Amino acid sequence: MAKNDKINDFVVRFANVNGTGSASANFLFTKAIFRMGIPVTPKNIFPSNIQGLPTWYEVRVSEKGYLGRREGVDLMVAVNPQSMLKDVKDVREGGYFLYDSSKRLHDEFMREDINYIGIPLMQMCNEAYTDARQRQLFKNVVYVGALAALLDIEFNVLEDLLSEQFKGKEKLIPSNVKALKLGIDYIHANYKYPLEFRVERRDLIKDKILMEGNAACGLGAVYAGATVAAWYPITPSTSVVEAFMDYSDEFRVDKITGKRNVAIVQAEDELAAIGMVIGANWNGARSFTATSGPGVSLMNEFLGLAYFAEIPTVLVDVQRTGPSTGMPTRTQQSDIMEAAYASHGDTKHVLLFPSTPQECFDSMLDAFDLSEGLQTPVIVMTDLDLGMNDHVSPPITFDDKREYKRGKVLDAVALEKIEKFGRYLDIDKDGITYRTLPGTHPTKGSFFTRGTSRDEYATYTEDSAAYQRNMDRLIRKWDTAKTMVPAPQVYQKKNESNNGILFFGTSQYAAEEAMDVLKSEKIIVDAIRLKSFPFTKEVVAFINSHDKVFVIEQNRDAQMRSLLMIEMDADPKKLISVLNYDGMPITADNILNQVKINLSTKETVNKVAEKKPVVAKVPTKKAVKKAVVKPARPAGGKVVKKAIKKAAPKKAAKKVLAKKKVAPKKVIKKAVAKKKVAKKIASKKIVKKVAPKKAAKKVIAKKKVVKKVVAKKGNKKKATKKRK
Amino acid sequence: MTYIRPKFRHPELQKNKLGYTVDHYEGALSTLCAGCGHDSISAGIIQAAYEMNIEPHKLAKLSGIGCSSKTPAYFLSNSHGFNSVHGRMPSVATGANLANRDLIYFGVSGDGDTASIGMGQFVHVIRRGLNMTYIVMNNGCYGLTKGQDSATADQGSKNKSGNVNLFESIDLASLAIELGATFVAQSFSGDKAQLVPLIKAAMNHPGFAFINVISPCVTFNNNLGSTKSYDYVREHVEATATVDFVPQMKEISVEYGKGTHKQVVMHDGSVIQLHKLAEEWDPLDRQSAMNAVLNSKAKNEILTGLLYVNPDAHDLHHMINTSDVPLNTLGKDVLCPGSEMLVDINAGLR
Ligand SMILES: Cc1ncc(C[n+]2csc(CCOP(=O)(O)OP(=O)(O)O)c2C)c(N)n1
Ligand code: SF4
Ligand SMILES: [Mg+2]
Repeated sequence: MAKNDKINDFVVRFANVNGTGSASANFLFTKAIFRMGIPVTPKNIFPSNIQGLPTWYEVRVSEKGYLGRREGVDLMVAVNPQSMLKDVKDVREGGYFLYDSSKRLHDEFMREDINYIGIPLMQMCNEAYTDARQRQLFKNVVYVGALAALLDIEFNVLEDLLSEQFKGKEKLIPSNVKALKLGIDYIHANYKYPLEFRVERRDLIKDKILMEGNAACGLGAVYAGATVAAWYPITPSTSVVEAFMDYSDEFRVDKITGKRNVAIVQAEDELAAIGMVIGANWNGARSFTATSGPGVSLMNEFLGLAYFAEIPTVLVDVQRTGPSTGMPTRTQQSDIMEAAYASHGDTKHVLLFPSTPQECFDSMLDAFDLSEGLQTPVIVMTDLDLGMNDHVSPPITFDDKREYKRGKVLDAVALEKIEKFGRYLDIDKDGITYRTLPGTHPTKGSFFTRGTSRDEYATYTEDSAAYQRNMDRLIRKWDTAKTMVPAPQVYQKKNESNNGILFFGTSQYAAEEAMDVLKSEKIIVDAIRLKSFPFTKEVVAFINSHDKVFVIEQNRDAQMRSLLMIEMDADPKKLISVLNYDGMPITADNILNQVKINLSTKETVNKVAEKKPVVAKVPTKKAVKKAVVKPARPAGGKVVKKAIKKAAPKKAAKKVLAKKKVAPKKVIKKAVAKKKVAKKIASKKIVKKVAPKKAAKKVIAKKKVVKKVVAKKGNKKKATKKRK
Repeated sequence: MTYIRPKFRHPELQKNKLGYTVDHYEGALSTLCAGCGHDSISAGIIQAAYEMNIEPHKLAKLSGIGCSSKTPAYFLSNSHGFNSVHGRMPSVATGANLANRDLIYFGVSGDGDTASIGMGQFVHVIRRGLNMTYIVMNNGCYGLTKGQDSATADQGSKNKSGNVNLFESIDLASLAIELGATFVAQSFSGDKAQLVPLIKAAMNHPGFAFINVISPCVTFNNNLGSTKSYDYVREHVEATATVDFVPQMKEISVEYGKGTHKQVVMHDGSVIQLHKLAEEWDPLDRQSAMNAVLNSKAKNEILTGLLYVNPDAHDLHHMINTSDVPLNTLGKDVLCPGSEMLVDINAGLR
């Protein structure tokens, strides 16, 4: 391996205690690397807790601009005794473990195959500061200083960031700088620095920004002209409305009167929140709410009303790990079915799938235009990863020439010209009818909005023909929607392969990285990134023109695959699921493993697809067991200066497999070796431990399952509906 | 089936200040049971809107689901209406009101719609002081689903099938007072003389105005033993006062006979004239209003009339300081910060 391979290519994980002020120090670290022009991607791995529980912050630095998560921790900053045992295990072979050496590190935390960097953080801060809170807070800044020395982060960049952070509170700057220096000096005095992996200034960031998707959604709503927001707090969507509030304070307060050009209401629950949104949109204001899965569940009845009564409604669903309360602070793309067909009866909703903060912003503009244009709910589907983590994104832009498309709304003048107003008359034959707002005209245009069946003049009717005409018109409108929603990103001008991969939302990062690797290995696949539902003609063309399409998504039940089958009648045999549903953002390695297994085997497509979960799981426990190596105690809790021979991560990983998803070739081969898998499965105990029930069952009854599963998925819509 | 009211009208119907006759305020022909209390309330609403010289298109009528919630179809056909979902009218009204503060919001609900499935939204819309009139057509049962007991059915009341209600009832009027509603009244669908001025005063009130109207269900809850039957209510009704609502533009000319009377001057100079019947009751005092309701309940009386009013009510818009100009009239020029502002925002994220 060439020496420079390690420049700007590593993962640092911070293990902190929730509520100890680590967040701003950790962000300082990320931002400094960003400022040095190097692509960086941080992930918060936090508990559903305010104070006390472990929380992690993982930063991947990638010269190549890979912004997805990567398994394998090169450097662990372990300042949480509670999680230390796990943290030690998570370091890759040859990696580093930075810890507070104020107290001696216990034997159980010792591994022979990693390097220890002890810094007496507590001791140093106790000596340097008197205030108890300061002692606590500055420990974080001291380790950032240490990292700066170890990783070659430019000091003046950190200094600049601190002075920006404390603008207006300049008094705080010197004590922070002092803490940084303490860390730097300690490394300089005690350790060899910099490490073999480190940063080096680049110009790869250009004009990009570092932003959370939720903030971008909130800002987008301001730019889109939303004036009414109603919400009920739920992680991970809360900060969408909080951002909307903050930007509203800035942009929506009338300079002369001091009055607000916006109304934001914290509702009593999600039912009320969506009810308010519907009421406001019905009355001609642009209005939205933001929630997560549990909120969408509660909003179902109202979403059906908005669909059937044809009222614009904008909803942001920041998805988290379900079902039920699931893992409320972990990410997933598992509300797709729920959102696409929310509510009873024949309903379908327009969905948008942004994957960067910039797209979150644009999605809000599009959502309002589409929702008013189509007079129907539009759901912006983001997830916790996109919403609550900072992402390197192209800058936010707005074309001042872009006007709000308010759709077909008749004003008093237009009503004057009409003989008889018919709210649901399909005059333009596109399924979209004309609406009026309350208060428009003294004698024309009033109508009764209702969730019951009605005729073209909005009069209640139980006439079957009228009901059916209306339902058919709604489908006509759905077809019109296909021409209005954002087209997918197609990665090639012309097909280059019989195989394709399809993904959406935050899977983009890992998928693009996987594509790069495949390309370097001369494996050609075409690619498409969905941006919306209903599926446009480009999606149909892509599916139809490939023999195999890997559908990458972050849920257990292959929900997008089901949607493709239901809505496009796509052949289930050619849609191969690549799934990730452990609550962590999907990684390129994970995608590569699943894709390669499929491409390298001659078995039928479905058989292989069914095997996959077992393959992914089996190495996990085994790896963990292997990774527990005999501990070796460092002298006096200090340095274990170990000669680091080019610790080749791939090789190391083969042996250690620090974590479940790092399942490199060799292991996979092992796992695929049928006999071994079969043996494991034969023992019930192991099955229980190793693979989730479903996967295990599937493998045990291989042949039967293959057929059944195909049939089952064909009925997915029905099944989904029934569940409600 | 659709029902359209026959067009013929008496040529000499009186016109109001806007030049509209009362039929201009009517709606489609009712499909409710003949004799249903709800229809009488609809008639009261039509009369009140006519007398108040309301521009029908400047009023939005909203409801939930139930026989009662169907009534907005039967009055004010020149107003926009919204028949939402069961128990959720308050949230839709809240959103609508936030979008355009210049319209009159008129909500109709049932006792099932409000006191059971919609209880959460009911209490919260009161807390927020939404500027609207909220009428519950209270028949102590679920009319539309064929007569099951509702949460306002009195303990011991017997329904048509002979079942006795075992549970304590929810008293919506005292609950509304408790939660800070700034106008609370109670009435009876059979007492149009009382109901019409109450509706007028409620529509004029600048905050949340609640009227609980006992409205017998002739089909399922008008039997002997029911405390929401016409007979029972007529026998047990007690009024706080006779009420008259005097809009600000009209000179006060109502003469009262002997006995105490009280004038409540509203924010805009309108006056509610009360000819007091109840003793030891002050409609401007929340505690006293509460006591009056509870005392009459203890005596098995149904206290009707204006119970409580705070003429200086502030509504939600006032609390959250929204623009005087309706939000739904603001355009991109006012709402969109424009690309120039993004320069700074992007810079702050680098
Ligand atoms: C979510 C939901 N649950 C149940 C119903 C069925 N339902 C319709 S009206 C009604 C009760 C109506 O009672 P009330 O509000 O007192 O109105 P009334 O018919 O007595 O005037 C019920 C339970 C419904 N429409 N929606
Ligand atoms: S069932 Fe009762 S509430 Fe419903 S319309 Fe008939 S009388 Fe009225
Ligand atoms: Mg009822």
